[in-house]
Amino acid sequence: MYTQALNTKEEAVATRPEDAAKLARFQAIVDVEDKIEPNDWMPGGYRKTLQRQISQHAHSEIIGMQPEGNWITRAPSLKRKAALLAKVQDEGGHGLYLYAAAETLGISREDYCEQLHSGKAKYSSIFNYPTLTWADMGIIGWLVDGAAIMNQIPLCRCSYGPYARAMIRICKEESFHQRQGYEIMITLCRGTAEQKAMAQEALNRWWWQALMMFGPSDKDSMHSADSTKWKIKRFSNDELRQKFIDATIPQGQYLGLTFPDPELKFNASTGHWETGEIDWSEFKRVVAGDGPCNRDRMKVRNAAHAAGAWVREAAHAFAEKRRARMATAKVAAE
Amino acid sequence: MFETPMPLWEVFIRNRSGLPHRHCGSVHATDEVMALQAARDVYTRRGESVSIWVVPSTAIVASDPSDKDAMFEPTASKIYRHPTFYEIPEDVGHM
Repeated sequence: MYTQALNTKEEAVATRPEDAAKLARFQAIVDVEDKIEPNDWMPGGYRKTLQRQISQHAHSEIIGMQPEGNWITRAPSLKRKAALLAKVQDEGGHGLYLYAAAETLGISREDYCEQLHSGKAKYSSIFNYPTLTWADMGIIGWLVDGAAIMNQIPLCRCSYGPYARAMIRICKEESFHQRQGYEIMITLCRGTAEQKAMAQEALNRWWWQALMMFGPSDKDSMHSADSTKWKIKRFSNDELRQKFIDATIPQGQYLGLTFPDPELKFNASTGHWETGEIDWSEFKRVVAGDGPCNRDRMKVRNAAHAAGAWVREAAHAFAEKRRARMATAKVAAE
Repeated sequence: MFETPMPLWEVFIRNRSGLPHRHCGSVHATDEVMALQAARDVYTRRGESVSIWVVPSTAIVASDPSDKDAMFEPTASKIYRHPTFYEIPEDVGHM
């Protein structure tokens, strides 16, 4: 899964003159595709951009457990249930890899989580839509994880070592997510008329949202210059979106489904599919907090965190007691 | 609400191929038993590992990146430490 919030800019950090040499050395490392590691010197803007991007990516994974968690108890077979359970567990795991990478930038996981719980930090807007039918499990794997993979593969080469390494692990696992989703779609599309209609209805609801996952159009997104220079971002939003469209349309045609876009057409001269205009007003509304499930997702997350407080307290108390006992036993043995 | 932060542990796993333990990330846990369980759940969901080490992050002593040149540069001039520095006649064959 993926957060689209790559496009909010940090305030420009005034570079002190004594940093000029360090900055030049930093940029030289980045330019030759070497990695920046946690204790290396880095510009303040680079650190802040990564703190925000990696943690919001982590939050997206954690919130992303909810739309699919919704269907675990209602999966149509034991096989589907086991796969969905494993997938949701992966999302949790991805969140943890990413929090671990983000923590190397000097902010603790507790603080990052606090930013999520207080509503200060964003997560991917795609998770603010409800999962109404079983076909949504297929669509999320096929389209949402498919879009995530498009976004994430270039991040495996990100200049920040811990993020790049986390992304390599994540990309390996996302491949399972997308394939299991597409297999659900194939099964539905080869099934009864009602099953096929369910698949089509899910595609109608999710297609535009999946395209929005790549973030605002390049002409409205003036913030990627630094990220590009720092080799955090390798391709523009529109470039990645186009790759996704070109890869996905034939997959949808194979399923015998129709994309909900009357203007969709193949341009033989460019070799690319062209879509109609995306409704960016909806995107902005959901990012601003007014999507169908924004409040519910936050409520569930905060409730889960609060309900787990006694477990964390108990773990601390148990560890403390165990340490005390071991110390006593050691003294007794001496 | 203030909560006691959970200590950080660095995780090293050895995969099946018998390679050395390699760093793969970190976990939060109150003690070593919990750290091992968390490391298993987070980093070995697909049979990546036959062995896990967890080490308190605070126990790791690292070299300072700003000393990198002083630390590692001297080896660059010691080319006589490499086998290719020595000339062996071709007639001798592979050595």
